[in-house]
Amino acid sequence: MDYSITKFLWTLLGLFIVTNWGMLMSSTMRRIGARVSGRIGIPWYQPWVDLVKLYSLRTQLTHGTMFYIGPVFRLMGGVGMFLFLPMVFGNPIWSNYSFSGDLVLILYFQFFGMLGMALGAGEGGQPYSAIGISRGLSQFTTIEVPMTLAVISIAIQYHTLSISEIVAAQQGGITTWTLWTNPLATAAAMLSLLGAFGHSPFNLVKAPNEIPIGPPTEFHGTFLGVLRTNSAILHVAEAALFMNLFFGGATSWFELIIKTFLIYFWSVFVGTVFPRFRIEQSVRWFLKVPTIIGILAIIIFL
Amino acid sequence: MNKHKFEDLDVDKFLAPENQKRSVIAPDGSIVEVDPLKDYFCQDRPEVLKPKNGPVEKFLNWARAESLWVLGFGTGCGSIEIPPLVTPRFDMYRYGVQMRPTPRQSNVFIISGYLSVKTLKRAIRSYEQMPSPKYIIALGSCTINGGMYWDSYNTINRLDHYMPVDVYIAGCMPRPEALLAGFGKLKELIKAGKAEKANEYAENFDWYKANQKKIIKDWNMPDYNW
Repeated sequence: MDYSITKFLWTLLGLFIVTNWGMLMSSTMRRIGARVSGRIGIPWYQPWVDLVKLYSLRTQLTHGTMFYIGPVFRLMGGVGMFLFLPMVFGNPIWSNYSFSGDLVLILYFQFFGMLGMALGAGEGGQPYSAIGISRGLSQFTTIEVPMTLAVISIAIQYHTLSISEIVAAQQGGITTWTLWTNPLATAAAMLSLLGAFGHSPFNLVKAPNEIPIGPPTEFHGTFLGVLRTNSAILHVAEAALFMNLFFGGATSWFELIIKTFLIYFWSVFVGTVFPRFRIEQSVRWFLKVPTIIGILAIIIFL
Repeated sequence: MNKHKFEDLDVDKFLAPENQKRSVIAPDGSIVEVDPLKDYFCQDRPEVLKPKNGPVEKFLNWARAESLWVLGFGTGCGSIEIPPLVTPRFDMYRYGVQMRPTPRQSNVFIISGYLSVKTLKRAIRSYEQMPSPKYIIALGSCTINGGMYWDSYNTINRLDHYMPVDVYIAGCMPRPEALLAGFGKLKELIKAGKAEKANEYAENFDWYKANQKKIIKDWNMPDYNW
């Protein structure tokens, strides 16, 4: 078979693995959260059942074209991020479609989904969606500041914008990880990751009891199913991005699963300890300590 | 499917003044005819949505039963029985029951106790906005025969005259265990394919609407809230 077709099929298989791993990870984390509060929590297969149920509802309403396209944009954000992210280092099949400037593209895809979602939720006409969007976008803009500073710092450090090359530079034991060679950038990025994953204390946008569930208030059935599929992909893709940038990448799927789990667990760990911020507290928090650490990380390498 | 429009129903005498037809003068001086119920709301009646055939529907029903999303809408005293269900003592998440904040994303509506006429209107609006298939659990004796509010001027006595009920949970008040048992019963019904009350509501739509309009005097909403 033609190489490009083979590669495409392998990438689809990778997407399938990542989606399922993302759903298993989310149910595991919800179980961990439940155990912390003394409950047993959802069964591990609950995300799949929810998904089947959402796709099988009999009435689906629409509010217009953008209402359809919003969730699709959001899904494109997650899938696009996956497509250009090398998952397993040193394996041409699992490097997906990464190229020499993929880091910039992936940062763009991180924001792309949010914008699509904002357009779709806006067409729903529900006032709660509009409030949720303004809160979500303002929070995400501030999350991006320390994240971008950390990425610039890494780009200066390794003289490249290719994730594969950044991973290659970190091979050779734990001491060569960016975690040790550039701890300030790692700190800034790991703090911004808390917001990107949207667990407490930064879950003020999508928490069910906070301006009823924020932007997706009107989304139901298949629309919500697409959003949930995307969040499974996005969580793994973002964790894999951080793994590649700061924790030496992965040389096998097993290593990827362990590392993404631990990176995701970091946000859940913080989430179970701290209560929820209000929007102005959250925005200020990201613009203080993480941003200062990010600026220091750049100054050091200048 | 027979789709009736609004004109078929006798709505006029219940219609609130702000929803009646009127002419408005536009900024450029032209006169515009406004019919709020036609212009601002979807007028279609609910349709009977037939289940799929055989094993497909069985599998979907299993998924629906194992993933019950409850609308966070508390009426009457019974709503205080729901918070214990999400906390460690009873923990309904074990059974696939989760709370949702918006009717668009929920399947189960718990009418938790007496319904005053004012709340009935909101309950109907919320119920109609939920995507089908949807289920109603009626909690407490107030929903069965009025309970201790039997002769109240302000509450309804029989819930199933106004909304189709899948499962009744008797008692005043039923304990959270009873509510969990009610969820178990609802799951049995769904898996057996017997929880088709949303279709029943669509079939007997005129009867339900007539009952609702008899008791709700300020009917300023469309006949079916999509």
